[in-house]
Amino acid sequence: MMHARVAFAGAIHDATPADASLTEVMLADGRRVAAAQLVWLPPFNAGTVIALGLNYADHARELASKAQDEPLVFLKGPGALLGHLGATRRPEGVKFMHYECELAVVIGRVARQVERSRALQHVAGYCIANDYAVRDYLENWYRPNLRVKNRDGGTVLGPWLVDAADVADPACLGLRTFVNGKLTQQGNTRNMIFDIPYLIEYLSSFMTLLPGDVILTGTPEGVVNVMPGDVVACEIDGLGRLINTIAADHEFGR
Amino acid sequence: MLADAGLFSIPCDVPPYQLSGAVYGTLLNHRSALQMLGDAVNQPPYGAAPSAPVLYIKPRNTLARTGDVVRIPAGTPELEVGACLGLVLGRAACRVSAARAMDYVAGYLIVADVSIPHASYHRPSIRYKARDGYCPLGPAVTARAAIANPDALTIRAYVDGTLGQTSSTADLIRPAARLLADVTEFMTLAPGDVLAVGAAAPPLRIHPGQSLRIEIDGLGSLCNPFLGAAA
Repeated sequence: MMHARVAFAGAIHDATPADASLTEVMLADGRRVAAAQLVWLPPFNAGTVIALGLNYADHARELASKAQDEPLVFLKGPGALLGHLGATRRPEGVKFMHYECELAVVIGRVARQVERSRALQHVAGYCIANDYAVRDYLENWYRPNLRVKNRDGGTVLGPWLVDAADVADPACLGLRTFVNGKLTQQGNTRNMIFDIPYLIEYLSSFMTLLPGDVILTGTPEGVVNVMPGDVVACEIDGLGRLINTIAADHEFGR
Repeated sequence: MLADAGLFSIPCDVPPYQLSGAVYGTLLNHRSALQMLGDAVNQPPYGAAPSAPVLYIKPRNTLARTGDVVRIPAGTPELEVGACLGLVLGRAACRVSAARAMDYVAGYLIVADVSIPHASYHRPSIRYKARDGYCPLGPAVTARAAIANPDALTIRAYVDGTLGQTSSTADLIRPAARLLADVTEFMTLAPGDVLAVGAAAPPLRIHPGQSLRIEIDGLGSLCNPFLGAAA
């Protein structure tokens, strides 16, 4: 089952696809609404947002990073989150802002000191994440610093949370990003350096993971600069297509 | 979604306020903290002193109340604690000016930022700061109106009753209002969010079996025992 959270006609609703084409959704109260008429919110109430840096060998090479003995994990705040079909601001004058298409793993059951063999039992489902970075602001203090990776609207989630039961093998999903329709990023979750069971085992060894906590598992190579007006679409096999538009300062009244 | 969280409780209810659960900390914002690094700030891997506020996140599993036990993992001889003032947001703050910033603050509390000691500020693992219970805060939220000047608060930290550190919010590089302005330039803070303004250096070191009490003028005291790993 695929689940969305949408705003429509004055209320927030849980919704599911009304047809296979995903162009219409069914609200929990039975109404069918065209997808374009909805305001799409992140598809679950996110708790702690955990993100991985350099978790694909090809992307790590792209950034000339050396091999790691431990996952590079950073955290994000709730203000960064944004739903499908939203707009992410590109500050005037910055030189390099890029998307990152990532598989997001949503925790469904409390996980504390979970072994990898049981790790996937703690997963509620999966969704697509697009985690923007504005590299101009990178400083070498507690990297990646929040000004780069925790900007308002810089972490896009959705459109759907797909039940774990409906994802046969999360370790073999193709990821693709299109900018204005042109394929710019391509990868497969099989190329993660630290796979999902490892990440759950590692994280839950020192922090209790709670339902709603989400792990953004990193991005493969192929991140490119995006400009105001660009439409960025991230796809992951079986999870749908997450669309976001880059907006200039003036569209945010700045 | 938290219905099945079992015995794990997140102490967001800090009377008389409900915290959002989002807690942001600020590093190297106390003059003593930057001074302690000396010329290292200009050397690799840093290359330059920080220009924007150096922030980190204490996730919700770290939140704890006064009285809660802080566990020191096996093999770790001691923990370090940054004793600092926390601002509790009262309304959404986005791009606030320093002149108006304090209008967005509902009140204050004491924050004990607990970490496993680590030498590098470059890209430290979150396992040093994000362990369960590593962010006691409270004991309550004191209304903004009850504190005449947040930039002149004395913070006293006692280890087993002995004064271990005295610091003041007068020595912040970015005082509370300036910090709020610079943080909300790129990220909106929501009602109930906490922004810890930064601790003095060197941090307190706490060993298993010791207890910590942090006092801030007008905010009461935050007391937590530190114990070794649970059997």
